[in-house]
Amino acid sequence: MILSAAPSCYSRSVNAWFCSQYVHDYSGDIQHAFIQHVRLSVLILAISIVLSFPLALLALRSRLIRSSILSLLGIIYTIPSLALFVLLQPVFGVTHSTPVVVALVGYAQLLLVRNVLVGLEEVPEEVLEAARGTGYGPLRLLLGVRIPIAVPAILAGIRLTTVSTIALLSVGGLIQQGGLGQLILDGQQRDIRAQVVTGVIIIVALALVADLLLLLVQRLATPWARVRT
Amino acid sequence: MGLFRSALDYLGAAGHWTGYDGILPLTLSHLKITLIAVLLAAAVGLTLGIALGHARRGGAVVTVLANLTRAVPVLGLLALLATNGSLGVTATSAILALAVFAIAPILTNAYTGMSTVDPETLEAASGLGMSGRQVLLGVELPLALPLLAAGLRTAVLQVFATATIASFVGASTLGNLIADGQATSSYDQVLAGAICIAVIAVILDLLLGAVQALVTPGTANPLRRVADRRAAEPAEATAKLP
Repeated sequence: MILSAAPSCYSRSVNAWFCSQYVHDYSGDIQHAFIQHVRLSVLILAISIVLSFPLALLALRSRLIRSSILSLLGIIYTIPSLALFVLLQPVFGVTHSTPVVVALVGYAQLLLVRNVLVGLEEVPEEVLEAARGTGYGPLRLLLGVRIPIAVPAILAGIRLTTVSTIALLSVGGLIQQGGLGQLILDGQQRDIRAQVVTGVIIIVALALVADLLLLLVQRLATPWARVRT
Repeated sequence: MGLFRSALDYLGAAGHWTGYDGILPLTLSHLKITLIAVLLAAAVGLTLGIALGHARRGGAVVTVLANLTRAVPVLGLLALLATNGSLGVTATSAILALAVFAIAPILTNAYTGMSTVDPETLEAASGLGMSGRQVLLGVELPLALPLLAAGLRTAVLQVFATATIASFVGASTLGNLIADGQATSSYDQVLAGAICIAVIAVILDLLLGAVQALVTPGTANPLRRVADRRAAEPAEATAKLP
């Protein structure tokens, strides 16, 4: 006859920081939060990357446009994430993740546009001259010469943005839209240490794995360049 | 946009500014927490960054530290702190956590500022008969000043933003307006809090940007200009934290 089972490691009396029993029992919740986190991160990064190119090209048109765009992005970047999420809620709705996506895309623009600009501007003038001399038009010059040469800087920007987006997304948990951030906050409110620790570890691991994958892409895409980080 | 109007109405009511949980006391407490945390972080970050950068050692460690802090969710660490029964959540533990987060930008900028001073400039200074101490205080530090200022600016804004989140684990900051407003479904209060936080962050950034520009005069000195450019566009090391 079993009188009582030993208390699980995430029970109130034990409340261990690391507890595989918790991961086992709550695998459904963890998986759900993880998938939401990955889904939102991928969505934010995809929109951000697509948006950053026209912005960077616009910024290249004149010094005034360039400094206006960078100042505006700088101001957005300065606004703390929680405040920006909340400020976007009346516009994009309180009950879904659009405010978080829009805010994080906004933050990502500063990092991405700046890096795309750095990349495009570091193309040596002689290279451009040579290409023009062989009959490259403006569009072919951009797609065939400038962007390929800018790839290392662009990928460096994407890596930085990816890691920072994955970590920052967790703040969305404070408005019930943060994937793993919500798992963490829920764990804190219910005082289950293992849940908080599990959430933090998965976020850090996700960021590091994404960074490594992008590093691999960077190496494959630029076999000629020594990787500078 | 009715919600924005109600938030402005909230801000317009004098009673919301004073009192125990009023906007003014929360702003003061928020700024006080930010200041103390940044001072603590600066004590560690500047000392280490200047020493390591001067010796031009430990660059790898500094880079790894900067990369790691990018990946760690601040919210998660604050929640860990709040779940730790033995420490409990007090203003002190929240300030300590904020200070730890702020060390990385100060340290990395100080290190970069010191270690990228042109070695020939230092040699020239020694050649002129300046002692090691004179070179450090009279040449290296002034040349590194723009980046030291950039690091402090980043740290202040980072801590200010993180302190907003820290209200959810017990620190008394403007984030309280958002947290309390959410708890009582007072959306005007939530939005008013967000407006205050955003406006103060932008003002802080403008003020610190002005200070940074002051210590980074665009004079005819080409070394100054190089330092200026480095500070103006730190393409790396400034991941958006909170």
